Amino acid sequence: MSVALEGFTHLIPFEAGHEIIRQGIRELTLIRMTPDIIYDQLVGVGAAKKLVFSYAGNPGAGLLHRVRDAVENGWPNTLALEEHSHAAMANAYHAGASNMPSATFRGYRGTDLVTVNSNICFVMCPFTNERLACVPSLRPDVTIIHAQRADRAGNVMIDGIVGVQKEAVLAAKTAIVTVEEVVDDLREYSELSSNACVLPNWSIAAVCHVPGGATPSYATGFYPRDNDFYLEWSNISADRDRFTAWIDANVLQTPVAKNTSHLTAGATT
Amino acid sequence: MTGVSPKEYMTIAAARLLTNNDVCFVGIGAPSAACNLARLTHAPDITLIYESGTIATRPDRLPLSIGDGELHDTALTTVSVPEMFHYWLQGGRISIGFLGAAQLDRRGNLNTTVIGSYDAPKVRLPGGGGAPEIATQAKQVFIIAEQSKRTFVDKIDFLTSLGQGKPGESRAAYGVHTQGPTKLVTDLAIWEMRDLVGRNVIDPAFEAAHAEFTVMSLHPGVARDDVAASVGWTPQFAPTVVTTPTPSQTEIETLRALHARSASAKKE
Repeated sequence: MSVALEGFTHLIPFEAGHEIIRQGIRELTLIRMTPDIIYDQLVGVGAAKKLVFSYAGNPGAGLLHRVRDAVENGWPNTLALEEHSHAAMANAYHAGASNMPSATFRGYRGTDLVTVNSNICFVMCPFTNERLACVPSLRPDVTIIHAQRADRAGNVMIDGIVGVQKEAVLAAKTAIVTVEEVVDDLREYSELSSNACVLPNWSIAAVCHVPGGATPSYATGFYPRDNDFYLEWSNISADRDRFTAWIDANVLQTPVAKNTSHLTAGATT
Repeated sequence: MTGVSPKEYMTIAAARLLTNNDVCFVGIGAPSAACNLARLTHAPDITLIYESGTIATRPDRLPLSIGDGELHDTALTTVSVPEMFHYWLQGGRISIGFLGAAQLDRRGNLNTTVIGSYDAPKVRLPGGGGAPEIATQAKQVFIIAEQSKRTFVDKIDFLTSLGQGKPGESRAAYGVHTQGPTKLVTDLAIWEMRDLVGRNVIDPAFEAAHAEFTVMSLHPGVARDDVAASVGWTPQFAPTVVTTPTPSQTEIETLRALHARSASAKKE
């Protein structure tokens, strides 16, 4: 099964990722432009067999030690990589959301990435004969994102750095959104502009009320990024035993927050 | 005021390369410090763009990550990541891509993917992110990096982002017609991409095949041997190598205050 937990520094669905760990789900193909700590955790517990990505780092702090250990030493299991550039993945999600089989763009020129990823191809523009990069569209089985708010009908609003979340939701076979708060009706919400990033309820399978669900990343309007934890993660993740103890104490032995509830939205697939 | 450190020289020299009219695609880390120093000193209206989608952002402190809330809160507008790569970068609206690298060669090719072989890497690095397309689609690229034989190598292990390509090649052979890396600013020197007879990339007669970064300016107190001792090849020097101008008090104070604000924000 392929799963995308998207978020570009902002609104990363950490709590949903922790629930995947608690449920012991394995053999996942994890997709994300910028896998950071939550993917480091998923890879470290052995939940993933493959990673599709364009930048796998702990931004500002360095490398992802669990991903490194899997790639360099096969611990806890080997991890296949499908490595792209940001432009390619943004195009591939856009193509997926557009129900297209592939994305064509001016990219991957002169880079060795074309030699290590057989999903990077080139096609000729029929009008100009320009040689253009082509990658398959991304169609995750499941996309999970975190957003600021939903209304009772399950319509979702995202504010701030919106990243590639809208495309990732619309590209997915099934989309799940965790939210900070639930309001009665987004139409009545005073800060909603007619141009705001809104995902209608019929484009989403389920909305879950998970306050704080993006911690230690941030949610504009709710809480800031816990930069200290991002820096501290470099130390926690550098050692297998310390990592495993952290996961045990902070994920496996931590029950789902009491104020978490489930709200079914319009679309079921 | 205490003496100016080599790293401060690097950041200030890099900042001075930017103008008020630039539209700059900013990498995280050292590029971000240089770009914001330029904005806080001589280029107050420079447009800084981060790949998270924030356009014309004016952070009060340096972001730890490319998508910190500070970047969004102080931006003119924030667009989606696909829009950023479609319209703004591929659309040709970026004048300068400002990049760092784990490894680079004399032709400005960058490696941020692996040290060692790809299939059995010694160190798995984060990867290309936005850089492969920034390197080919921004009108020109500035590179900022601290010199060491580990970073400045004769042959990079993996070409993530195109500079002038391998010796004998050109960007044009890859269908790339932007200028590519024109300037390299380090803790010791300012380098420019020059061909065998010293022409720069905007000279119509520029011959890319054997162009390489050439030392144009040494920071005060730096000797040619210091430069040669910290790169993995025999560096070329311009016929006349000048001394990098000493930073002004305003530049030093502004940079230190920026770092101080950033450090205190991390502790919050």
